[in-house]
Amino acid sequence: MRPEAVEAMLPYLSERFGNPSGAHAVSREARKALDDARDTVAQCLGARPAEVVFTGGGTEADNLAILGACAVRPGPTVCSAIEHHAVLHACDALGDNRLAPVGGDGVVDLDRLADLLDPSVSVVSVMLANNEVGTIEPLADVVALVRERAPEAVVHTDAVQGFPWLDVASAAASADLVAVSAHKCGGPKGVGALVVRQGVKVRPIIHGGGQERDRRSGTHNVAGIVAMAAAMRATVDERAAHVARVRALRDRLADGLLATVPGCTETGDRATKIAGNCHVSFDGVESESLLVLLDAAGVYASAGSACASGAVDPSHVLAAMGMARAQAIGSLRLSLGTSTTEADVDLALAAIPPAVERLRAS
Amino acid sequence: MTRVLAAMSGGVDSSVAAALLVEEGHDVVGVTLRLWDNDTDAGCCSVAEIDDARRVAHVLGIDHLVWTFVDEFDAQVVAPYAASHAEGLTPNPCIECNRHLKFGRLLRRATQLGFDAVATGHHARVVEGRLYRGADPLKDQSYVLYVLGQDQLRRIRFPVGTMTKAEVRAKAAALGLPTADKPDSQDVCFVTTSGGREALLSSRIPLHPGRVVDTAGADVGRVDALELVTVGQRRGLGTGGGAKRYAISIDTASRTVVVGEAADLQAESVKLTQLSWVHEPAHGPVQVQTSAHADPVDAVLEGTTVRFAETQRRVAPGQSVVLYRGDEVLGGGIATA
Repeated sequence: MRPEAVEAMLPYLSERFGNPSGAHAVSREARKALDDARDTVAQCLGARPAEVVFTGGGTEADNLAILGACAVRPGPTVCSAIEHHAVLHACDALGDNRLAPVGGDGVVDLDRLADLLDPSVSVVSVMLANNEVGTIEPLADVVALVRERAPEAVVHTDAVQGFPWLDVASAAASADLVAVSAHKCGGPKGVGALVVRQGVKVRPIIHGGGQERDRRSGTHNVAGIVAMAAAMRATVDERAAHVARVRALRDRLADGLLATVPGCTETGDRATKIAGNCHVSFDGVESESLLVLLDAAGVYASAGSACASGAVDPSHVLAAMGMARAQAIGSLRLSLGTSTTEADVDLALAAIPPAVERLRAS
Repeated sequence: MTRVLAAMSGGVDSSVAAALLVEEGHDVVGVTLRLWDNDTDAGCCSVAEIDDARRVAHVLGIDHLVWTFVDEFDAQVVAPYAASHAEGLTPNPCIECNRHLKFGRLLRRATQLGFDAVATGHHARVVEGRLYRGADPLKDQSYVLYVLGQDQLRRIRFPVGTMTKAEVRAKAAALGLPTADKPDSQDVCFVTTSGGREALLSSRIPLHPGRVVDTAGADVGRVDALELVTVGQRRGLGTGGGAKRYAISIDTASRTVVVGEAADLQAESVKLTQLSWVHEPAHGPVQVQTSAHADPVDAVLEGTTVRFAETQRRVAPGQSVVLYRGDEVLGGGIATA
């Protein structure tokens, strides 16, 4: 976590323990913290404070968006084939989902998307940036298309991965619903938010005391929310500088791998990717094995998408991009963030080529 | 000290196997294989089993990995299993899993990653390149391991093979392993208790109704799915009451099951295919075991033919016949029609 976020949340784990829904001084203190956090989050997302609904994470925000909007106006859902499972499975759960294909570059195919849209469509969900391969989706074009073809449909965007890298306030300005998560920008796990634009209705998926203007019940996670606000504030303030710095690191890492490892292919087009994503695949290598060698060398990478059991599942994202199974099996995701250093990149560049070589040799 | 990769299913045997290796001072990493897309809360390869394996690894203070071999398991175990049934055979998928997955794919990857050996919780013993029955006669699993060869045995450890099941459970309890009281696993892991073989096979191969005829060729009954019939089977052949009748052969081409009396099921020999030897090819007097839980019987191996000392119930084609000399597993093969 970012130190700002840790520092911000600590008092609310100890002396400022109040429940913001109470009616005494301790509660009022918590209420003020919550109000301030809401103002900050709203500002970071280009929303009004009343449009911010705090949730227990990005997955809940995505579920509230899709299940909640579809409950208000039932109809088919449409989402891109590379959505995070929080969106994909929420849409699947509703039983009438249309998958919008993406090209080999991981960008949603607008012509094919247009074919899936009609006035009956309830919710359209296209992410701002993909969590596995980092591609940035043309959200403004998607929204324009939806307004034309399915004027009553609600547009949701999962901006969980995009927020650290993109100015969500402008990039997602035209979306009706925007989901973010604290832990992707240096905040704690288990806290998130959904922007619900004024005039857009979502039916709650969690019922109870009617917190969050009846859109999400449950006693507020004050410490988590305060920490999320601090993390988001710091992220927005430092974003331009960090993105430039991390982009340079990522480019050095990706270029280094391409130059030193034969049979290495970079996934997606860097021009349309977030700065913190380095995704490559190595011919003739299984990333499950590669991860073991890299782990031992102190390089913590990932492959595919994490599954409940801790196994690596074959990536639905790479499959949707048309990548052959054999190539997808050799794919590796190296995520860079605000804490990534030149030394980290040096370590990865020193560890990966011999590990790939070793696996190919045996 | 050697680096050992301990295959941990989430059961008590493999938990104790890993624990014994840690006690012996080896550098142990645990791995659980996801072989089957089990999204339920229970059964092999489920999240619950993987959780159990990981919790044991936590107690032992070792790393725990989860590897997904779903594609290979499907291609090398489940698909051939279904294909065998389509041919009217009765396969042993656990043996194919050992051959291709646990002591094939897993062992190769372990070697690739610098491990000296792979350990499992099988009840069997390896001594100087030879394979023997496990110490607990009720839990011995050597039958499903006859496909192992020298190259594999050098890199395999069966730490609980010298123990009885009771000793394994006592050890698990003494170490406080969360799997100490887990019931033993049963049957084929990818065949669910709810749907059974029929559910699995019907999703893989067409099931055909078949005629049931007696040895003279007269119709005596019908079966809904010929592919589910096993040689030696008595129930579910639609032959009604009367004398006990057994399936004695299955012809998928004419979709016919021939039934006969117990005497018609007796055989003097069985011819084997895909012979595999643990140490060196054998011939002459042996003991043979014709299913996972059958008692061994005396026989003589002549080439690829096993001649029983006394007539035996016919071995269902597709079943493995494992050859022993005393407690030693010599090898085995697959019964032909």
